[in-house]
Amino acid sequence: MTATLVAPPSRAAGRRARARNGRTRRVLYWIATHAAALALGIAFIGPLVFVLLTAVMSDNQTLTDELWPHSWNWGNFGEVFAKSPILLWLRNTMIYALTGTLFTLVSSIPVAYALARFRFPGRRLAFLLVITMMMLPPQVVAVPIYLIWARLDLTGTLLPLILPMLLGDAFSIFLLRQFLLSIPREYTDAARVDGCTDFRTLIRVILPMARPGIAAVALFQFFYCWNDYYGPLLYASTNLDSWTLSVGLASFKALHSVQWNLTMAATLLVMAPVIIVFFFAQKVFIEGVTLTGVKG
Amino acid sequence: MAAVPLRRREGFRALLWLSPWLVGFGVFFAYPLLATVYFSFFNYDLFSLKFNGLANYRYFLQDERAWLSIGNTAWLVVVMVPAQVLFALGVAQLVTKLKSGVGFFRTLFYLPSLVPVTAGTVAFVFLLNPATGPVNRILALAGISGPDWFGDKDWSKPGLTLLAMWGVGNVMVIFLAALLDVPKHLYEAAAIDGAGAWRQFRSITLPTIRPVLMFSAVTGVIYTLQYFTQAMIASRVAAGVTDAPGTSFVPGYPEMSTLTLPQWLFQTGFRDYAMGYACVLALVLFAASMVFTLVLLRQFRGFEEVAE
Repeated sequence: MTATLVAPPSRAAGRRARARNGRTRRVLYWIATHAAALALGIAFIGPLVFVLLTAVMSDNQTLTDELWPHSWNWGNFGEVFAKSPILLWLRNTMIYALTGTLFTLVSSIPVAYALARFRFPGRRLAFLLVITMMMLPPQVVAVPIYLIWARLDLTGTLLPLILPMLLGDAFSIFLLRQFLLSIPREYTDAARVDGCTDFRTLIRVILPMARPGIAAVALFQFFYCWNDYYGPLLYASTNLDSWTLSVGLASFKALHSVQWNLTMAATLLVMAPVIIVFFFAQKVFIEGVTLTGVKG
Repeated sequence: MAAVPLRRREGFRALLWLSPWLVGFGVFFAYPLLATVYFSFFNYDLFSLKFNGLANYRYFLQDERAWLSIGNTAWLVVVMVPAQVLFALGVAQLVTKLKSGVGFFRTLFYLPSLVPVTAGTVAFVFLLNPATGPVNRILALAGISGPDWFGDKDWSKPGLTLLAMWGVGNVMVIFLAALLDVPKHLYEAAAIDGAGAWRQFRSITLPTIRPVLMFSAVTGVIYTLQYFTQAMIASRVAAGVTDAPGTSFVPGYPEMSTLTLPQWLFQTGFRDYAMGYACVLALVLFAASMVFTLVLLRQFRGFEEVAE
């Protein structure tokens, strides 16, 4: 504004100067935002790097406060397998996570289908109850549920965690419903007109179209089970044969190695599968998380 | 004319599809909730059930550790949740300003939130341990003598807050999606009107993403009321205690500073087998989370009405 008032030597020169000015500002802006992002990125990834660096340190070096390993002892990972029953924990975790995910999908998809596609009195109430269940702290109802399993003599196993998933999981139902709502009604209406039963409509029309949503729910549920500590601690920690990776890792340092290096190696082993799966299924995750955000 | 019978038939079919969940609702929600109220009037140790009226409630009022645990949970709600939401919003806002590498940075910031909670917590106890941990070592390089973190009652909860901020990636992804949904032309119009960056953020960004922000804050509070795993593991690893059968351990190390309400409930109910009393604590937890769940449900009702 002022530049034009002061009458520049020539209009073209003024425009060029302004353009250069604008470009410098854009470059500086680019540098500032990317430097900030990079610094944050280092802060986010730093913890994992230090875990790795410590995991390969020698026993003696672990006792010092040096950050860079003198020698890279990859054998530490082998030590973890030799010193702790981590394979047993892995097996239990896999059983929990795989059957849990399968049961959840089988039981939750029909419920989400009904909530998203059928018009019936109490439909909104049912949905609100799903949200309420989803938000209920698991500890609130823990005592009576624990007593049920104790009476069935199933405490000390992972069954009290796996079996309920046959009756629907609130979070999965919620997420699937949100996803199914985004499928245009015309498809299911067309199937109905063609004489499809509800079941056939679900199998032939809904399931193929809902594949990304189902994949997201399956991944979330798998990782929920993989990460779950409260459930296995409550039901399975009294029986060493039923320990999962999360329970084992929480006691690893006190039980199997007072040294940080092996503890960090075990920590990395527990993280690794999750991170590997993430890199293969990144899109599914990010889309799934976005779905949990909001929207009715 | 056939509308009503059709609708009724559809209701019946829906009931059929809903039935597994309805059973689950009864067995794992409705019944245990009522039973929790019932047991709260009894002295129950898994073997004998003795009615003792309001004794559990009276005990609760003077149970110092219960109040300590409520205080700690409240601390986390008041400090940790805002820290998470603001941090996630800041990071998401930064990502929207990037001209290149958006996908790369989004992945980088999201990744820690996937790390299993147990592994992340054990890692942070190591990172923040005063003797050999890298964080205090790096602070020392900058001339700052770091605190004792999970060994100091004043620093254990800030340590947990750092852990929570590290794992905030999923909230960040939700905010990022919301920020990118804000119509671009609004900013352009505001810029023409001479609105600066802060003014644009306050007048355009904030009102548009408010529902998403509110949703994350409320769910954040509800999840923080259940805060258990990280506090339990941090205190165990820092104190050097295991979960092996027969080990006795009072959570909350150091000096009860990490004892949250769900942990105290777990301890009284499933380690000390004072199950009647644990039900009182469960009802306190239920009341607190119900308040926030109702806020959430109101929000959802709003959305549903917009959607239909």
